[in-house]
Amino acid sequence: MKSLQECQEEVVEDFSMYDEWLDKYEYLIDLGHRLEPFPEELKTDDRLIRGCQSRVWLDTRREDGRLFFRADSDAIITKGIISLLIGVYSGRTAAEIAADDFSFVERLGLRENLSPTRANGLASMIETIRRTAENLV
Amino acid sequence: MMQLEKIRQEFPALGTQVYGKPLVYLDNAATSQRPLSVIRKWEELSTERNANLHRAVHRLADLATQEYEATRDAVRQYLNAASREEIIFTSGATASINLVAFSFGEAFVREGDEIIVCEAEHHSDIVPWQMLCERKGAVLKVLPVDDGGRIRLGALPALLTPRTRLLCVAHISNVLGLVNPIKEIVKICHSAGCPVLVDGSQGIVHERVDVAGLDCDFYVFSGHKVYAAPGTGVLYGRRELLSRMPPYMGGGEMIETVRWSGTTYAPLPQKFEAGTQNIAGTPTLRPALEMVKRLRDPEILAESNAIKSFMLNGLNKISGLRLYGEPSSPEEKIPLFSFSVEQAHHEDLALILDKMGIAVRSGQMCAEPLMDRFGVTGMLRVSFAPYNTLQEAEYFMQSLERAIKMLRG
Ligand SMILES: Cc1ncc(COP(=O)(O)O)c(C=O)c1O
Repeated sequence: MKSLQECQEEVVEDFSMYDEWLDKYEYLIDLGHRLEPFPEELKTDDRLIRGCQSRVWLDTRREDGRLFFRADSDAIITKGIISLLIGVYSGRTAAEIAADDFSFVERLGLRENLSPTRANGLASMIETIRRTAENLV
Repeated sequence: MMQLEKIRQEFPALGTQVYGKPLVYLDNAATSQRPLSVIRKWEELSTERNANLHRAVHRLADLATQEYEATRDAVRQYLNAASREEIIFTSGATASINLVAFSFGEAFVREGDEIIVCEAEHHSDIVPWQMLCERKGAVLKVLPVDDGGRIRLGALPALLTPRTRLLCVAHISNVLGLVNPIKEIVKICHSAGCPVLVDGSQGIVHERVDVAGLDCDFYVFSGHKVYAAPGTGVLYGRRELLSRMPPYMGGGEMIETVRWSGTTYAPLPQKFEAGTQNIAGTPTLRPALEMVKRLRDPEILAESNAIKSFMLNGLNKISGLRLYGEPSSPEEKIPLFSFSVEQAHHEDLALILDKMGIAVRSGQMCAEPLMDRFGVTGMLRVSFAPYNTLQEAEYFMQSLERAIKMLRG
């Protein structure tokens, strides 16, 4: 498995290939569509991430000391964004995730290119992943 | 075309760009852009006539007071109210409604009384009434809309009882874009002895408002949606009611005499204008209402009508698109369209359209009960002002189709 840093570099690189924001959205939409289906029965209130305008569910599974995330959203761009995050963090140990500063997200330029409400939603997603990991360390 | 182009040039924001693309501003129901006449009025008041009102003998105070009171006369005339005492300046529609909810509530609402609000109301015309009902132990009843968003007038008589104190309804819903049958509603309510408050936040922009003709008892609106400065607003109230209502806030020029033994209040309209008023903002209502009149030019109205049929036609052709607010006749609809599209979330659409230079609104539009009524978590809303062009509508429609295609993959 690639290291967390390598994985983040790859995501930043892939994302920076597109100059136009519409193309970046297209990429996120594509990721969103390809995200592994999320079981309907997991769409419970305790899995809802607060602070997002669209609904986002995050499920965490722990296996052999590693965390596996699954997620869904009714908005596809949001789903693409969370897919990026899951791709980076899923399958890693809680300690590894908790030690990360999540700064690679800044380098994607997402925050300033989402509406303030969406940027809040992104912050909530990150916060949820970080907190989940911290609680398990 | 000439007239519209000329007027558009008077709105500096309309000539700006976002992300290097010309701004196509279609979120007018949230707030309108402002013309130079309004911007200059604000500037003039801030530079040449800045003084507090009614309070001093000096020249500036005199000029500021004249401007302010001349604005009251202009608003009275524009709304066709019977007297200037019936025009109260506030900070916006929400403030106007809260004023009525408090002061009318104090004067007329007792435990067990009833208030009716329409199902399609903005939160600003729901929450103050819920608060009043909670305070007084009164009952809030809901006037329903049908599946097309039209008010079910037939349901109204049965809702009215001897204990109904007030009915509150929007002139035009900010979600559905339908012009409500205010005259009929008022007639039915008055025959049951119930006064009517009209939330004219959208109505003032798109309809010729005549409070005498409508025969409503209160009419409220915000300045910022109708080209004036933000933080300005109007409450029209029938004098018989206003004079029997106690003040909302105390202080400033709303008094006659203040003694430790007790205070007496100023007559209307000052009774309801406590504290320093929006001295630079409120007078912008005058050039703003002038702009409303100029935008009622036949050529511009024709463009608006063309936009309306173009949009209705175009939206109806998109598969999986559901439009909320179906008019019985074209006159009943303003160029405001809220809809949802299968496999294309409103948030995603708004985000993509934004990057194409188009400003629209997505979400609940401050009307959660109406969202529940239609079983959706939100909608996309495109709201045109009279200064928008058919060309912008065409660009919007192409962009929407492109965005939907992107999202459906
Ligand atoms: C129908 C309606 N009522 C009330 C309001 C509240 O207006 P404001 O926020 O300016 O007080 C709005 C605007 O948001 C509206 O569209």
